[in-house]
Parts: sequence; C-alpha cells; structure tokens
Amino acid sequence: MTWKEVFTSSVGKKLVMSFTGIFLILFLIVHVGLNACIWANDGGTMFNAGAHFMGNNVVPRILEIGLFAGLILHIVQGLMLELSNRSKRGSVGYAVSYSKGSKWYSRSMGLLGTIILLFLILHLYNFWLPNRANQGFLLGEEINLYAKMQDVFSNLWVVIIYVLGCISLGYHLAHGFQSAFRTIGVHNKRYNAIFTTLGYGFSVIVPLAFALMPLSFHFGWVN
Amino acid sequence: MEHKGINLTLKVWRQQNTNTAGEFVTYQVKDISQEMSFLEMFDVLNEQLIQEDKEPIAFDHDCREGICGMCSMYIDGKPHGPWQANTTCQLHMRAFNDGDTITVEPWRAQAFPVLKDLVVDRTSFDRIIQAGGYVSVNTGNAVDGNSLPINKNDADASFAAAMCIGCGACVAACKNSSAMLFLSAKVSHLALLPQGEPERQSRVMNMVAQMDKEGFGACTNTGACEATCPKEISLSNIARLNQEYLLASLTSN
Repeated sequence: MTWKEVFTSSVGKKLVMSFTGIFLILFLIVHVGLNACIWANDGGTMFNAGAHFMGNNVVPRILEIGLFAGLILHIVQGLMLELSNRSKRGSVGYAVSYSKGSKWYSRSMGLLGTIILLFLILHLYNFWLPNRANQGFLLGEEINLYAKMQDVFSNLWVVIIYVLGCISLGYHLAHGFQSAFRTIGVHNKRYNAIFTTLGYGFSVIVPLAFALMPLSFHFGWVN
Repeated sequence: MEHKGINLTLKVWRQQNTNTAGEFVTYQVKDISQEMSFLEMFDVLNEQLIQEDKEPIAFDHDCREGICGMCSMYIDGKPHGPWQANTTCQLHMRAFNDGDTITVEPWRAQAFPVLKDLVVDRTSFDRIIQAGGYVSVNTGNAVDGNSLPINKNDADASFAAAMCIGCGACVAACKNSSAMLFLSAKVSHLALLPQGEPERQSRVMNMVAQMDKEGFGACTNTGACEATCPKEISLSNIARLNQEYLLASLTSN
C-alpha cells in the first residue's frame, strides 16, 4: 500500500480531516488565550505585547505557514468530501428523510464549516491582512491591533457576523472535537467519555470567549 | 389484548427495473390485524393486487424472524420502521394506528441500485466480505474449549460485532450512504480474535479499498447507523476500524 492509497481512501481522507482538525483546535487554544489579554483592562498594553510577540518572532511566523497549510487542507478536503458524500445517495433521494438518529449539527458539518469559512475571510480581511501588509509580510512594524479591534467592532453588523461565526464554530466543534478522536481510532469507552465531555466543554467555552470579544468592545466592557 | 383491525393508506415506491424511473403509488388496505407483521400486511396487499389482476409489489424477505438480514424497507423515514433494534419482518402493525398513511421506500444508495420496487441489489456487501472478511488459517478439528485463551471482554465484543446481519440499514440511514458500520462490524469481529490475526492488516486495507470501489460514502460519525441498526452494532466499532486502518497503513509494507 502506497502513501497515496492511504490518504486517498475514504478512511485516509477522514484521517486528514481529523489531524488537521485537532491541529486547528490547538491553534484555537493559543488564539483565544492570547486574545483574552484584552480583558486585562490596561488599554491594550498586555494584548499588544502578546500580539507583537506572535507577529514579530520568527518561530510563530513559521508556524503560521503550517497553520495556513492545515487550514487550507481542512477546508479543501472538507468541501470535496461533502460533495462526494452527497453524490453517494444516487439519482433519487428519500421522500421522508431520517433525522431522528443523529444530531442536526453532526449532519451539517459542511454547512457550518462554510459559514466559518465566510466568517474567516472577513476576519482575515479585518485584522490579519492590514497588519501583515503594514509589516510588508515580513518581520516589520505592526499596527496597533487593540485600536484596530476597537475600530472594527464599533460596527454593529461586524459584531453580529462575528457572533454568528462563533455560534457556527461552537456547533462545528460540538461534533468535530469528539469525531476527530474517534477517527484516529479512540474506541475505549473511558477515553471516549473524556473526549466527548471535553469536546462539549470546549465547544461552549472557546466560541463563547471569542464571541465576548467583539461584544466587549462594542458595548464598552473593556477600556 | 383487544383485537383491532385497522385501515391504512400506503405510499409504496414502484419501479419496473434499475433502468426505469420509479414513482410512488398509493394503495388502501382495510381491516389489517394489528397482530400481523409489516411483511404479512404486504402479503395481504399483494393478494389484493393479484385478485385485481395487478402486478404484486416486489420486496426482499427470507427468514421473517429477524436474523437473516434480507428484509429492507425504509418505512416512514427510518430503515426497518419506527421501532428500535428491529427488522421490518419483526415490525408489527400495532406500531400503527387506524387511518395512518405509511410511506415505504427502498434503501437508497448508489451502491445499492434498485432492482425492482423495494428490492435493491446488495451484492456490493458480498464483494466487501470477499475482499477480506474471512480467516484462512486451517482450524482443523474442533479443539478443547480452553486451549486457546480469549479474554472474555474481547470474546463478547467480537460476538456483539458478529451480530451484524448485513441488511444494509446503516447505509440506508447514513446521510453519506456510508457502509462503515457494516465494514467495522466485520473487521472488529475478526480483529478481536486470535484466529483473525494472520490477515489482520491486509483485511482492513482490502475491505476499505473494496468499500470505496463500490461507491459508498465516507463516514462522518453522525451515529444515524447505530441508531437504526436492528442488531445495535456499536459506533465504537467504527473507531476500532479506524485504529486498525491507521496502524496497518503506518506499519505494513
């Protein structure tokens, strides 16, 4: 069996989704932890110091390339799997669909992922792109990201889109977190119980913390 | 129990053969005994159709005691009908009320083409089994009971997986038309026993390859298969299959 055969089989494609998904979960922990510095209530000093470390240090910047690679792989593979899976029902679908046996969000990973992708495009356009452009896409001078957040989140529509993005992320994680561990082969009851509980906790706490950020700026909960 | 005869409206999928388009045809059945099984109700309907000089409805059935895996009706939006852990033949008419309208469809999957009416071609499952669902060790004569020690938990898990009757309800229920629950039951059944050890790696790889070739979808762990399975095959078998596949792909030549 060649590596190509491994990663193009249906189980291999799931493995790719699962490994990149777990990698993106780890990224979320870093991202939410760093951004939580806005609540230090020091006018953004701590947050900007953290952002400066991440944006002006060669190690996180190299990891950033890996992050984009993982993200693109997860998105492209996910969309291709969704399209392929949808075609497997054949030419005629069911008149009455079977919805009781599974959770709606576990059946809607493609839709939820697409909403997150649309949010992500806006998110990168709001923060990542202007900041990196200012740096000349190398290790250059950064913009004041705290001030940028204040500016971007003064717009109510942006806040609404961000909150919707976070809700989609929450449901995507509610299925994705535990499914990723099943896909890499965790079948012991004790571990599955841990990952399922951990997954539900993660999918509530992390997106909630993210959603509170634009809300905090918009409603002046931070200064 | 009080005997009740019920009147029903049935919307049944009729299709002449694989290449023609099918459609729903509505039938009325009267005074159906609630002690009847769902298939016996279909027998009554078919008798009625024969008397009216119409073509009876083709449907798969064999043992009618829930162990052969032949019956395959998608009833009111659930494979094998509304009851849990149940096959169509063991679904009884007391599950329905007088005046109900019941929609009956065949399994729908690219890998299960409709042959006629409610009969689908499930030979893709046979080819998946042929790709590796066997042991080729010479087991010889029956050996003494405890000469080959097997952990009780493993034996139980293997037996639970071996309960799979290969009916295909998992494929019918899955939004991706994936055969992973079936495949994982067959792989787990043998992977948990020492007799399955010689072909452990090639089995999982060949069976997954055959499943993909047959045109089943990929699993996304929604759990619809487990919820509809008449033999309550556990979703954890799929995770075991994934582990078997990952280890085989990392360590085989």
